[in-house]
Amino acid sequence: MERHGLLSYLVGFVLAVVLSAIPFYLVATHALPPSRIMYVIAAAAVLQILVHLRFFLHLNFTTTPKENLLAIAFTAVLLFLMVGGSLWIIVDLHSRMAL
Amino acid sequence: MFGKLTIEALPLYSAIAATGALVTVGGGFIVFVVVTWLKAWKYLWTEWLTSVDHKRIGVMYIVLALIMLMRGFVDAIMMRAQQAMALNNGGYLPPEHFDQIFSSHGTIMIIFMAMPFMTGLMNIAVPLQIGTRDVAFPFLNSLSLWLTSAGAALVMVSLVIGKFSTAGWTGYPPYSGIEANPGVGVDYWIWALLISGVGSTLSGINFIVTILKRRAPGMGLMRMTPFTWTALCASVLMAFAFPALTVACGLLALDRLLGMHFFTNELGGNMMNYPNLFWIWGHPEVYILILPAFGVFSEVVSTFSRKRLFGYESLVYATAAIAILSFTVWLHHFFTMGSSANVNAFFGVTTMIIAVPTGVKVFNWLLTMYRGRITFHPSMLWTVGFIVTFVIGGMTGVLLAMPPADFLMHNTTFLVAHFHNMIIPGVLFGYLAGYMYWFPKAFGFKMNEPWGTAAFWFWMIGFYLAFMPLYVLGFMGMPRRMEQYNDPTWQPWLIAASMGAVLILIGIACLVIQLAVSIRDRRKLVDVTGDPYDGRTLEWATSSPPPPYNFAVLPEVRDREPLVDMKERGVVYQPPRAYEDIEIPKNSAAGVVLGGLAFVLGFAMVWQIWWLVILCGVAMWVTLVLRASDDESEFILSAAEVERIEVARYRALRNQNGRRR
Amino acid sequence: MNANVTAMPSDHEPESDIHEQRALGFWLYLMGDAVIFGLLFMTYGIMVGNTAGGPSGKTLFSLNNAALETVLLLVSSTTFGFASLASKAGSRSAVLSWLLLTFVLGAGFVFLEIREFSGMIGAGAGPDRSGFLSAFFTLVGTHGTHVSVGLIWILIMSGQVLFKGLTVPVVSRLFRLGLFWHFLDIAWVGIFSVVYLPGLL
Repeated sequence: MERHGLLSYLVGFVLAVVLSAIPFYLVATHALPPSRIMYVIAAAAVLQILVHLRFFLHLNFTTTPKENLLAIAFTAVLLFLMVGGSLWIIVDLHSRMAL
Repeated sequence: MFGKLTIEALPLYSAIAATGALVTVGGGFIVFVVVTWLKAWKYLWTEWLTSVDHKRIGVMYIVLALIMLMRGFVDAIMMRAQQAMALNNGGYLPPEHFDQIFSSHGTIMIIFMAMPFMTGLMNIAVPLQIGTRDVAFPFLNSLSLWLTSAGAALVMVSLVIGKFSTAGWTGYPPYSGIEANPGVGVDYWIWALLISGVGSTLSGINFIVTILKRRAPGMGLMRMTPFTWTALCASVLMAFAFPALTVACGLLALDRLLGMHFFTNELGGNMMNYPNLFWIWGHPEVYILILPAFGVFSEVVSTFSRKRLFGYESLVYATAAIAILSFTVWLHHFFTMGSSANVNAFFGVTTMIIAVPTGVKVFNWLLTMYRGRITFHPSMLWTVGFIVTFVIGGMTGVLLAMPPADFLMHNTTFLVAHFHNMIIPGVLFGYLAGYMYWFPKAFGFKMNEPWGTAAFWFWMIGFYLAFMPLYVLGFMGMPRRMEQYNDPTWQPWLIAASMGAVLILIGIACLVIQLAVSIRDRRKLVDVTGDPYDGRTLEWATSSPPPPYNFAVLPEVRDREPLVDMKERGVVYQPPRAYEDIEIPKNSAAGVVLGGLAFVLGFAMVWQIWWLVILCGVAMWVTLVLRASDDESEFILSAAEVERIEVARYRALRNQNGRRR
Repeated sequence: MNANVTAMPSDHEPESDIHEQRALGFWLYLMGDAVIFGLLFMTYGIMVGNTAGGPSGKTLFSLNNAALETVLLLVSSTTFGFASLASKAGSRSAVLSWLLLTFVLGAGFVFLEIREFSGMIGAGAGPDRSGFLSAFFTLVGTHGTHVSVGLIWILIMSGQVLFKGLTVPVVSRLFRLGLFWHFLDIAWVGIFSVVYLPGLL
């Protein structure tokens, strides 16, 4: 059990380092056009967050209690609605009202 | 040394303000004197203030709510009087005072009357209905109560020291920013909301965990009572919506205190983000308020129609749908603030959709009553009054949901009539129904019914007289929050509205009298069995009031209406084979101490007494850490003691000629 | 939802149930915190261009500083993981060592951030200079405040481990501290991805 646990943290650490290094490197060297780099930053961030959830927080579909999974899924939906909705509203206002 | 606080903070500039301060201080003084005269401080401290028992905490929440109902109503009747007389004259209230009154009225009624009333009823009923001993986090429960009280105290103290906000209960910048509003009013409002908001968030978390994890054996989710379902959904909304209020008020506080530019006009502020953030919280908030009221109605309608609730599953799905949809409508509070047609249309459509599940519920309640054997207990009167009146408010809501229509009616008294038409018959009638329904359970004696009936009729007729004119005035173009006006065609309607307010005042007096008479006649009204209505759900299986541990042995649930099932099987009121030791959480002073410190912290933030802020902050931190490190927060109630309590109960049941089987 | 039966054969509440309830409660608090951060991220996003003639991220941010902070926090997450493993193995001294290391790394992060903030303020780029800076300081500062609270909590837990040992309540609290600490690293991933890297692009 402990070896299994140790492996989880080490794998997570390595993956997180890689997923951090890539966007940092790209920004440091400007190896790609800026819009492309933005996509890589976003993708790496999403992936790294999943890595943290899986390997550090041990979130999975077997041992994690259902309520906790439901809570994080619900939060994700809410964040989409709140952040997405707000961005839509404010950007729309900006284009119409220069606010 | 005292920051911005000087002797000028006392309200000596106006007779009315001075009277308000005197009444507040006087009221507090009278309470102090009475408690001292009764030598009740020790009793109050050990039995109530430091209690972590959900039944006690629930009662204290409702006491707070009823007191704040009266304070908020004084604001209301003052406004009605002002508007009835202020045609082409200034009335008796100068604009700045009038503005404080409408701001405190909204803030108090929503945050410090309705929220505590709801939380109190949830506290009293939910653990009993799901067959558990207490909520998941009894200490946090106490903390929530005292944080809410600290917020209420800040609003009350603004009557005596300083002024309250004039920026409405919504506090929009730039008017609420430091440049336009350098006084302390907005700060009182901000800190009252921030502090009580933490309490509400914690309550939400507490009840989610309680309902998901502490139900009695056999009680699957689809066997929970409708009130518990609505409590669960409201708790989810509380836990997830209040963070948005924290951000909105927090950023405004940063603008005011540290000169930041979130919502300022210059240097890169974005003022529209405030209504955006505020209403991301504000809309779910009104559903937080209404869902448990719907739950009460479901319970009451079933009990007093002596019939199983019609369409339980559709009620559950409707409640869940309302909860989720409540996060998709918030822009309808600012349709007129410049968004494009697509944005307005989207939110208009979602707003119309959210009316549908409520419609489903109305049919369920009506169909429960159909072919039932109905008794008009006051709670049933509140319910029927609600069904009739709330539907009207709902229809005006669907009307307002159309952006083009809203452009004409936004911020008129039509809007004011609409939301009062939802909150009074919906939220308030629901909580008054719950209060009269569960009062026997909490105190062991029933409430006087004639005075309850009288209260209902005065509220019902008073509501129509007070608010229907506001719909008409809205169509006639009268804006909200007006301190004076010059259109003579408005005045007759405003006079009628003030008459309605007088009727409601009588209704409130009836509530007070009902309580006094019930207490006076408590021996005649005693509830011996704990089941005064031939109830259908688990809370009626306990004594009134229940013992500290609620159930000596946790019940096994086999049906959606466990008590009906137990009565049919003849197993209700059966003493168990053996009793066991029960762990009970100890009382804790930490909750009330933290609440008191939070109040002083809020006060110090308002007046910028920085040394006091730091002192309170450190003291709160230390108290919290000490409490959180405590590993001996429970004591054991011995099996023998449990047996003694239970045996006494069964003896009382045997002596009662009743429905015992 | 299906019928979710909580079986409780005896009336005595097992410690595992209490731990699960507290873990769920804390998890729900973290979800609320996620909403707060989400809205602060959104606010930053709409205000990042509101520099009001003042400095932008391009002139103010340091890639090296952000990289160093990232490394410190990530390693500290891993060392806390080792502390978690040690607490499951029941090894008091190992838990204390890993907690101490986590603390040092976290304190390093906070030190770097305070240095960055005071540098910016000293150069006239404080939170009162523009909407962009208000949003920056609040978003990043809220995260830094959370980390600081976490540091204090680590100290308190170290004291509890030292004086009470790895009792059931203490281990349960360490678990929740772990949730908190890992959550903060997730928030940091968001911060460097939304604030620092795009700002320096």
